[in-house]
Amino acid sequence: MSEYASILLDDPVWMIVVKGLLVFVLCVLLTLAAVYGERKIVARMQLRVGPNRAGPGGMLVSLADGVKLALKEDIIPKAADRIVFILAPVISAATCFLAFAVIPMTGKVMFFGEETIMQLTDIPVGVLYVLAATSIGVYGIVLAGWSSGSTYPLLGGLRSSAQVISYEIAMGLSFVAVFMYAGSMSTGDIVQAQSQWWNAVVLFPSFVIYVISMVGETNRAPFDLAEAEGELVGGFHTEYSSLKFALFFLAEYVNIIAVSALATTLFLGGPSAPPGLGFTESWLGGWFTFIWFLLKVFLFFFLFVWLRGTLPRLRYDQFMKFGWKVLIPVSVLWILVVATLRLLTQQGASQFLIAAFTGGVVLVVLIATSLYESSKKRAEEEARYVPEMPAPKFPVPALPKAKIEEVE
Amino acid sequence: MTGEVILFWALAPLTVLAALGMLLVKKAVHSAILLAFVMIALAVFYLVQDAPFLGVVQIVVYTGAVMMLFLFILMLVGVDSSDSLVENIKGLRGVAIFTSLAFAATLTSLIARATTGRDPVGLELANGEGNVQGLAGLIFGEYVWAFEIISALLITAALGAMVLAHTQKSPEARLSQRVRSTARFRGESIGTAAGLPGSGVFARHNAVDVPALLPDGTPSDLSISNLLAQRGDVQETKRYSLEGLPKLDGEDKK
Repeated sequence: MSEYASILLDDPVWMIVVKGLLVFVLCVLLTLAAVYGERKIVARMQLRVGPNRAGPGGMLVSLADGVKLALKEDIIPKAADRIVFILAPVISAATCFLAFAVIPMTGKVMFFGEETIMQLTDIPVGVLYVLAATSIGVYGIVLAGWSSGSTYPLLGGLRSSAQVISYEIAMGLSFVAVFMYAGSMSTGDIVQAQSQWWNAVVLFPSFVIYVISMVGETNRAPFDLAEAEGELVGGFHTEYSSLKFALFFLAEYVNIIAVSALATTLFLGGPSAPPGLGFTESWLGGWFTFIWFLLKVFLFFFLFVWLRGTLPRLRYDQFMKFGWKVLIPVSVLWILVVATLRLLTQQGASQFLIAAFTGGVVLVVLIATSLYESSKKRAEEEARYVPEMPAPKFPVPALPKAKIEEVE
Repeated sequence: MTGEVILFWALAPLTVLAALGMLLVKKAVHSAILLAFVMIALAVFYLVQDAPFLGVVQIVVYTGAVMMLFLFILMLVGVDSSDSLVENIKGLRGVAIFTSLAFAATLTSLIARATTGRDPVGLELANGEGNVQGLAGLIFGEYVWAFEIISALLITAALGAMVLAHTQKSPEARLSQRVRSTARFRGESIGTAAGLPGSGVFARHNAVDVPALLPDGTPSDLSISNLLAQRGDVQETKRYSLEGLPKLDGEDKK
C-alpha cells in the first residue's frame, strides 16, 4: 500500500464528509471562475473588453448568467422522451464530479488536528476510475441527443459518442507509459514517482497525446464537433433550456477542470512545487502546495481557452482520421519503446546497450519522418500535375449501372 | 451489519428490477439504459468485494465502449422507428427460451462446481500483493497462453469483419477535393473553374430543366444536366433567350 493510501486510511468519517463537500464547493467555485476567465481571456485575444458590467471588472458575470438561466422557461419538446430527457443532464452533471475523488490537491497537511492529504480516497486503480467516470458521463450527452426527438441533437449525440470512444482509446494508451514508469495506477503513487522529474519531461510524447485527447474528450474547440453551432445549431443540447441546460453547462466546465487536474496529477507532479522551489512546499503548514496545484490546473485551463481562441474547428473526417490513424498508432509505438527501456533498466543492462537502443529509436523516427515528408511532397507534386480529368458534371443521384452507361 | 451488506441489500433489488425491466420495456433505448445500469451496479459490487480492477474495467469496457456502441447503432436505426414485437423468424422464440435456459443451467452448474465442497480462500489472499499485481501475475503468468489465443481469435474476427465490410472505392471518388479543384483550373477552359452555371432564369423560371441565360442573352447548354438533355426533358431554349437587346459596339461588324 502506498504512503498516500495509508495516510488517507485513518481519516475519521466526519473528515471524509467534509472533504467530499469541499470537493463539490471547489468544483462549483472553479466553474464560476472558469466561465468568467474564459470570457475575459477570449475577449482579450479578440481585442475586446469582455464582460465588464456585473461586479468589479465584470467578475460577477457567471453568477448573473446562472440566475438568468434559472429564471428562463423550462421547455420539454412534445416529441421528446420525457424520462430520458430529464435523466440526461442529471447523468452529465452527477458524473463529472466523480473524478475529483482521487485527485490529490495538496501534500501532507494538518486538517483540524489530523494529518491528512486533500484527496478523498486513493484506490489502486485511481486513474482507470477517472476514465470510467468520464465514460459514464458520455451517456448524458448521447441520451440528451436521442431523447430530444429532433434531428440536430441526434446528430450531435452520434458525433459525440463516436468522438469520445475514439479519443478515450488514445487517452487510455497515453496513461500506460505513466503506469509503467510509476509501477502503479494509483494517483498518489504516480505523484510520488515524479518527485525527481515530472512525467511531462520524461514521457513527453505521452503528455502531448494526453493533452490532445483531453481536448477531444471534453468536446472543446477545435474538436467541439458535437455542438458545432455552424452545422448543428447547438448539437446535443439544442432542445434544452433553463436549469437543464445549466446542468450541461456546469458539466462541461467541471469536466474541463477534471481533465486538467488529471493532467496535473499524471504529468506535472500534482501538488508538488516546480523544481528548484521545493522549499515552498512547507509554507503555510503544507497548504501552499494547494496553490501550486491550482496554478497548474489554471495553466491547462488557459491552454483550453487559447486553443478555442486560435484554432478553427476541424472537419469531422479529418478529426476521426487524426484520432485513429495518428494518435493511436503513435501511442502504441511509444509504449513499445518505453516498455523496452523500462525492461532494459530493470534487468540491469549496460549503459551502452540503453544508449544504443535509444539512438536506434531516434534514428528510426528520423528516417520515418523524412520518408513521410518526401512522400508527402511527392503526393503534392502529383496533385499539381493532374492528368486528364473528365469535364465537370452536375451531381446526379445514384442510378442503376445500366442506365448511366446508356446516358453517357 | 457491515457497509458491504447494507450496500448489497440496497443495490441488489434495484439491479434485479432493472434487469427485469430491460426485458419488459418496449423501447430499445430504454432497454439499453437499464442494461447499462445493471452493468454499473455489478461494477459497484465488484468494487466493494475487493476487486477494484475488475469493477473499473467493467465500467470502462462494457458500459463505456460496448454499450455505447449498442446505443450508437440503436440511434442510427432511428428516433421514431417503433420496435417490432412480432416474431419475424419462425420458431425464434422457442430457440431463445431454450438457449437462455441452457445458458442458465450451464452457469449454475459451473458456479456450483466451483463452490460446493470447497473452501474459498477469499480475495484477501489473492490480493496479497495488490489486486492489479495479482491479476497481472495470473494473466501473464499461469494463463498467458489462454490469454494470447483468445486475443489472437478476437483480432482475427475483427480483421475478418473488416475484410467482409471493405468495398473498393471507384477511382473517381478517390480524387480529393484539392485535386479536383486544381484540375478545374488547369483544364482547357477556365470558364467552369468555379463550377458549372446554375440552371433556371430568375424572375421567369428557375426549374432544373430550363437553361440559364448567359450575360449576352443566349441560353447556356452547360447549365443543364446531361441526363436531362439525353432524356429530352429540356425545355425549349429559345423561349427564354432575350430578343431585341441593343448590340454592343462592333458586334454587327463580326
